[in-house]
Amino acid sequence: MDAMVRVPISEQDPKVRATNFDEVCLGYTEEEAVAEASRCLNCKKPLCVSGCPVSINIPEFIQEVKNKNFEKAYQIISESSALPAVCGRVCPQETQCEGKCVRGVKGEAVAIGKLERFVADWAREHGVKPHSDTPKNGHKVAVIGSGPAGLTCAGDLARMGYDVTIFEALHKAGGVLVYGIPEFRLPKDDVVLPEVENVKSLGVKIETNVIIGKSVTIDELLNEEGFEAVFIGSGAGLPRFMGIPGEQANGVFSANEYLTRNNLMKSFKDYDTPIARGKKVVVVGGGNVAMDAARTALRLGAEVHIVYRRGEAELPARAEEVHHAKEEGIIFDLLQNPVEILTDEKGWVRGIRIIKMELGEPDESGRRSPVEIAGSEYEITCDTVIMSLGTSPNPLISATTEGLDTNRRGCIVAKEENGETSKTGVYAGGDAVTGAATVILAMGAGKTAAQGIDDYFKNKG
Amino acid sequence: MYKIVRKEALADNIFLMDVEAPWVARACLPGQFVIAKIDEEGERIPLTICDYDREKNTVTIVVQTIGASTMRMDTLQEAESFADFVGPLGLPSELCLVENLEETKKKNIVFIAGGLGTAPVYPQVKWLHEHGVDATVIMGSRTKDLLFYIDEMKSVAKEVYVTTDDGTYGFHGMGTDQLKALYEEGKTFDHCVAIGPMIMMKFVCLLTKELGIHTVVSMNPIMVDGTGMCGACRLIVDGKVKFACVDGPEFDGHLVDFDLAMARMAQYKTAEGRKKLEFEEGDTHHGGCGNCKGGAA
Ligand SMILES: Cc1cc2nc3c(=O)[nH]c(=O)nc-3n(C[C@H](O)[C@H](O)[C@H](O)COP(=O)(O)OP(=O)(O)OC[C@H]3O[C@@H](n4cnc5c(N)ncnc54)[C@H](O)[C@@H]3O)c2cc1C
Ligand SMILES: Cc1cc2nc3c(=O)[nH]c(=O)nc-3n(C[C@H](O)[C@H](O)[C@H](O)COP(=O)(O)OP(=O)(O)OC[C@H]3O[C@@H](n4cnc5c(N)ncnc54)[C@H](O)[C@@H]3O)c2cc1C
Ligand code: SF4
Ligand code: SF4
Ligand code: FES
Repeated sequence: MDAMVRVPISEQDPKVRATNFDEVCLGYTEEEAVAEASRCLNCKKPLCVSGCPVSINIPEFIQEVKNKNFEKAYQIISESSALPAVCGRVCPQETQCEGKCVRGVKGEAVAIGKLERFVADWAREHGVKPHSDTPKNGHKVAVIGSGPAGLTCAGDLARMGYDVTIFEALHKAGGVLVYGIPEFRLPKDDVVLPEVENVKSLGVKIETNVIIGKSVTIDELLNEEGFEAVFIGSGAGLPRFMGIPGEQANGVFSANEYLTRNNLMKSFKDYDTPIARGKKVVVVGGGNVAMDAARTALRLGAEVHIVYRRGEAELPARAEEVHHAKEEGIIFDLLQNPVEILTDEKGWVRGIRIIKMELGEPDESGRRSPVEIAGSEYEITCDTVIMSLGTSPNPLISATTEGLDTNRRGCIVAKEENGETSKTGVYAGGDAVTGAATVILAMGAGKTAAQGIDDYFKNKG
Repeated sequence: MYKIVRKEALADNIFLMDVEAPWVARACLPGQFVIAKIDEEGERIPLTICDYDREKNTVTIVVQTIGASTMRMDTLQEAESFADFVGPLGLPSELCLVENLEETKKKNIVFIAGGLGTAPVYPQVKWLHEHGVDATVIMGSRTKDLLFYIDEMKSVAKEVYVTTDDGTYGFHGMGTDQLKALYEEGKTFDHCVAIGPMIMMKFVCLLTKELGIHTVVSMNPIMVDGTGMCGACRLIVDGKVKFACVDGPEFDGHLVDFDLAMARMAQYKTAEGRKKLEFEEGDTHHGGCGNCKGGAA
């Protein structure tokens, strides 16, 4: 075995998986995991840990995998992370933990994410659960939103002895993990649900179908419902549109709508909620969300184009997702931008007019910004357009909470070191604060805020 | 689970339910709506809050069976439950806000309810009545068998005019015809609330624009989450994109692009039509025609 190279992981064949919603990546076997774990140098000063926003003790858990103590490995991970089976699957490891791994200098970084996933899956299959024996301290904390930020904050607070209730607007807990990220990357019943159950097993209560700002306000939670502190982890769910002609036509969807119908409402499984199965679909955008929408449309039977205004190197999606999308047959139309959606006489999409772009001088952010090439417009025939241009925080909470500051982009203002907002006893983190980011950053923020809330109670006395 | 404590048939294909939903019952105001989901596989179905009881923690909904989901909802009986029931969603009606009461009292208000629209009009008229404001109500339907809530409405409105398109009850004609007739008699109004099918609201708006009556409509586009997350409910109002679930459902009717809204409504027609067929034919529906499931929507 070449220590410079990763133990390869098995995946569903691209041709087969393009027609089903089963998970793409099949995970390591025990032998493969042990072999990959033995590539870890067990560094004295492990750089990988500094790349992990929740500071999982990576070398320690990997050593346990190497020694086949999988249960021990799981307990080490779950001290730092409430959602290892999720993170192992969707973290952008190449820029996080694995991006810092010393193995990566000369060869391939240790497959930390895949090992984490292996351990978490093993624990679930063997009925191993995280445990906490801290006595309850009687203080009630409300957590808004059951995405990665909320689940992490709630889990950590419960471990510290707090009486925690999560309020979730939708009918299922998990945030983007259940409504956004598709089944073929993150199985819902087999992976997300058990991790949510694990958080519950720490004593966290989850009330779905409660919309903070509508069903009850933060001020009411604090003044009438007996909660002493609140964590806001409400995400960034508000979809953006381009503002081009034709965007209201039938057959134009936000990626959120498309993915919600498919993932949360399970239209692909023949549940009652319908989805438009396009024959030729254009997805506008180049992030993880765009890849997910494109690969979903492909699985529903369409020919799919991704139209993105910058080049390949600028695609913001995880490298693995781009790679998988290409393997499955998604067509990438890069350095191109839609200018108009064309409609038929009944108001349905019949095509999209595109202009070609080239990369100009780098702007202040250092990124080369795309500029239109005059006269390069052309049309693609299609029946469905999915807009995946990013999302911003929903104003529902900020608009109904006295004294909660937001910034220009509608994000809640919170201190990075402890999640404190402008309102006493109210903390926030995750996409609601940063705008759309990543699962692991949201978890890191949830963790920091849990510590911040604990300090708040200690100082309050 | 959200228990159905009362179910009653109101008219052909229209039924009422009182549902136990403490969070909604405590917070809701006229003009707002809920989203109900029957079970694991069910759709999220938006329904207007037609009444509420803050003591009993119940919310009243009135449903018309028009497609697969509402038909399936009709199979639920008293003492059974909805899996999910969330709200209150949307903004309350501006007429029914205590802070606007002084302004509202100065208005001469007419409600025009078309078909099922009677149900969402009722709580508004009731709220106004309880706050000392009298309103006129025109309630119309296609035919006599579809009328409901006449007595309830009479107990809270100043005047009630009932119309049927086919003349089987009350005034023979549509709500707009009745409004015209009232104007011919010399009556005038300065505020109109029209709730009903989109086509009816469109025609009311065309008329009230001519008559110079400020008109509010309650839009009911296709929705998914009802919290501003998906954009399925988007409308054009005054040239700008609005999400009916968070910016509405009530809008200035003279600024709404109804033609676009109606075109968008047709979006899931074929897919839903198939579901309905499957539901009605049940086990006798064996497929094989190639038109069911999996086909292009
Ligand atoms: C399609 C898609 C694919 C992605 N892929 C990846 C990936 O591969 N890797 C990665 O790291 N990141 C990915 N992301 C980003 C990542 O999912 C988010 O950054 C992360 O989920 C943010 O977590 P959060 O807890 O802050 O918010 P969310 O996950 O958005 O959760 C917020 C929750 O709060 C609820 N809520 C909102 N308002 C209220 C309210 N008023 N009252 C009650 N509840 C409320 C929402 O319903 C939701 O459940 C992806 C995102 C999308 C949409
Ligand atoms: C804010 C709001 C409030 C509503 N309040 C009520 C209410 O109080 N009582 C009630 O019975 N219904 C109400 N509706 C409409 C109700 O949600 C729909 O009737 C229901 O979703 C239809 O589901 P279905 O599967 O039975 O019919 P579908 O099979 O989905 O629809 C059958 C036919 O009706 C059309 N249709 C689809 N959605 C709607 C809609 N939203 N409104 C009108 N026609 C539609 C379709 O184009 C199709 O032709 C409301 C909708 C909204 C958005
Ligand atoms: S949680 Fe994410 S960043 Fe941290 S070790 Fe796991 S995969 Fe890496
Ligand atoms: S940096 Fe790489 S080799 Fe070193 S401990 Fe971390 S995973 Fe192992
Ligand atoms: S229903 Fe999804 S944004 Fe209005």
